[in-house]
Amino acid sequence: MVDPDQGEPAVTSSRDVVLGRIRAAVGTAPDPGPVRRDYRQGSGALPGSPELLDLFEDRLVDYKASVRRCAADEVTGAVATILAGRFDRPARVVVPADLPGPWAGPAAVVDDGLTPAHLDALDGVVTACAVAIAETGTIVLDGGAGQGRRVITLVPDLHVCVVRADQIVGSVPECVRRLDPERPLTFISGPSATSDIELSRVEGVHGPRTLEVVLVVPR
Amino acid sequence: MSTFLGMPDVGHAPRGVGHLRGEEPFPAAARKALANAQLRRNIGHATSTIRAKRAAVVGEVPDWEELRTAGRDIKNATMHRLDSYLEQLEANIQARGGVVHWARDAIEANEIVTRLVKATGSDEVVKVKSMATQEIGLNEALEAAGITPYETDLAELIVQLGHDLPSHILVPAIHRNRAEIREIFLREMPDADPGLTDEPQVLAMAARKHLREKFLTARVAISGANFAVAETGTLSVVESEGNGRMCLTLPQTLITVMGIEKVVPAWTDLEVFLQLLPRSSTGERMNPYTSMWTGVTPGDGPQEFHLVLLDNGRTATLADPDGREALNCIRCSACLNVCPVYERTGGHAYGSVYPGPIGAVLSPQLTGIEDNASLPYASSLCGACYDVCPVKIDIPTMLVHLRAEHVDARRAEGRPSPEALVMRAAAWTMSNPRRWALAQRLTRLGRLLGRRRDRISQLPPPLSSWTASRDLPRPPEETFSEWWTRTRGSQP
Repeated sequence: MVDPDQGEPAVTSSRDVVLGRIRAAVGTAPDPGPVRRDYRQGSGALPGSPELLDLFEDRLVDYKASVRRCAADEVTGAVATILAGRFDRPARVVVPADLPGPWAGPAAVVDDGLTPAHLDALDGVVTACAVAIAETGTIVLDGGAGQGRRVITLVPDLHVCVVRADQIVGSVPECVRRLDPERPLTFISGPSATSDIELSRVEGVHGPRTLEVVLVVPR
Repeated sequence: MSTFLGMPDVGHAPRGVGHLRGEEPFPAAARKALANAQLRRNIGHATSTIRAKRAAVVGEVPDWEELRTAGRDIKNATMHRLDSYLEQLEANIQARGGVVHWARDAIEANEIVTRLVKATGSDEVVKVKSMATQEIGLNEALEAAGITPYETDLAELIVQLGHDLPSHILVPAIHRNRAEIREIFLREMPDADPGLTDEPQVLAMAARKHLREKFLTARVAISGANFAVAETGTLSVVESEGNGRMCLTLPQTLITVMGIEKVVPAWTDLEVFLQLLPRSSTGERMNPYTSMWTGVTPGDGPQEFHLVLLDNGRTATLADPDGREALNCIRCSACLNVCPVYERTGGHAYGSVYPGPIGAVLSPQLTGIEDNASLPYASSLCGACYDVCPVKIDIPTMLVHLRAEHVDARRAEGRPSPEALVMRAAAWTMSNPRRWALAQRLTRLGRLLGRRRDRISQLPPPLSSWTASRDLPRPPEETFSEWWTRTRGSQP
């Protein structure tokens, strides 16, 4: 590639230099052969099966997240109970515009591009999720239905996440294969935490310090 | 930056910039570290904590060995066609509104990032913990250009506020205990509560309060990346505190600096590494937060995204068939936590941002062996690092290979090592029975040195370098030959 600033003789861009170095370095090395993928691709349990729900709940509790089970028509009541238990005044929570139900009550603030400062002044956020992983106690948000912009589940200090039983898969590979990588993805496993002081884990740093999971199970 | 064709282009990390070279060789630095009892206590406590946690969560995965094999295979396959995966990654990020830059070394990467930050008009940036930016000394370069970098990872913040250097890949402040961290916070945080205790929870809250306003108002963030997926253009940052999410979500502009070896070919490759990395690094089934983004998402997160692809010695490492596996490292730091040498010396003695066993094979290859010649010897070759490595990097074999390379380099320069001289002298002595018998009798003089403890702790120069790190047994009163002659009456 000729650099217009340099003219002749021919000069190369850093891109060409790095790619050229790679090609020279690998040279005629033999192909390392196919990747062996003999690990478990699935967990053997159907999404939403009772053993996966129990495992998911166990993992979440291990991370100091709270779990509350209810039926589909009880979500609003469950969320209200959670908020009433944490605040002695009406909680101010934000919700994405496309929440599947009136889960956070009529007073919830609907996100229409709120500033970080505005979100910081609110008490919490209520969202749905995309997928969850039982073995690791992980919830994945992909910005899809009922999840909103990434910032609304980050700045408020309390995240109430509603997970449907059929969204819970067993293993990490099952989850990854359900996701669309073009979406902005956030994997959440418990409240924010750190191991930076003497390598002991403590919960609660910059992200939401409290994670409450509402697990929607069939009646 | 451009270069003229035909220039010699070895591509090691340049001198005078970044943090890949120590001020003194490992043995000298290690001796100082070993004299610091507090440091040894802090590191011993932290590494034993994390070893137990890692062992527990690895033990519950029935297919751990199969995952390790897949991890290694994916990395080897990636390196074999690294050029085409990087081109694919670039094309996919550009198609999604991102801009890709290429930096052949630390100097160029620092120039690119500084220019990009200046173009935003901001004179400060928030930073996610990143080994690549530590490696190239980005903070120093930004400060020299009048831009203030704010480290937001708790351990990096402790290092930055303590005017210190990182000593561990995952937990850069592992050498500090809670009491020392409290003192640093009280001294360096203007907004710290004077009643601050040394409870980890309380210290974490102090960091939250200190950085909150910065997060909410920052316009530019700088991050590293754990993985980049070639086939989709997706980047990923794995973290715990939420400082990563803050930096990746709130600012208008995001600049990511990533070593070229971090690319993986396929989206499904992440299903392997998202299992291997958290269990190997923090000993958790999954780390609290993993963020993934592909270019720019309209209306959600930074609307301007730059990726800086960094060489800085990686292609030179790739050129060595017996050393290139060091590039497979996913920076989990499990090898540091099990290493008996690291556990005693800590990370600073290695002189590089990459300490421990992986650092001992990576740093000398990035800089060229002549600049980190002592690191391949900073190991007892016990093999614990290989056993825990989630991508099965055979570090012990590579250490031996690099030692041989160092010895060959010296020989090529015509500078025989003290060992070579001793071996030559030994060969001359042992090839003649009379010389050998005389030499054996002479060793008896050594009994004078070891008479107090029955050990020789210090030989006179030039043999003193042997006893610098080991004791010698006191020579016996008579040799085997003498004993044989005395008891059997003739030479054996």
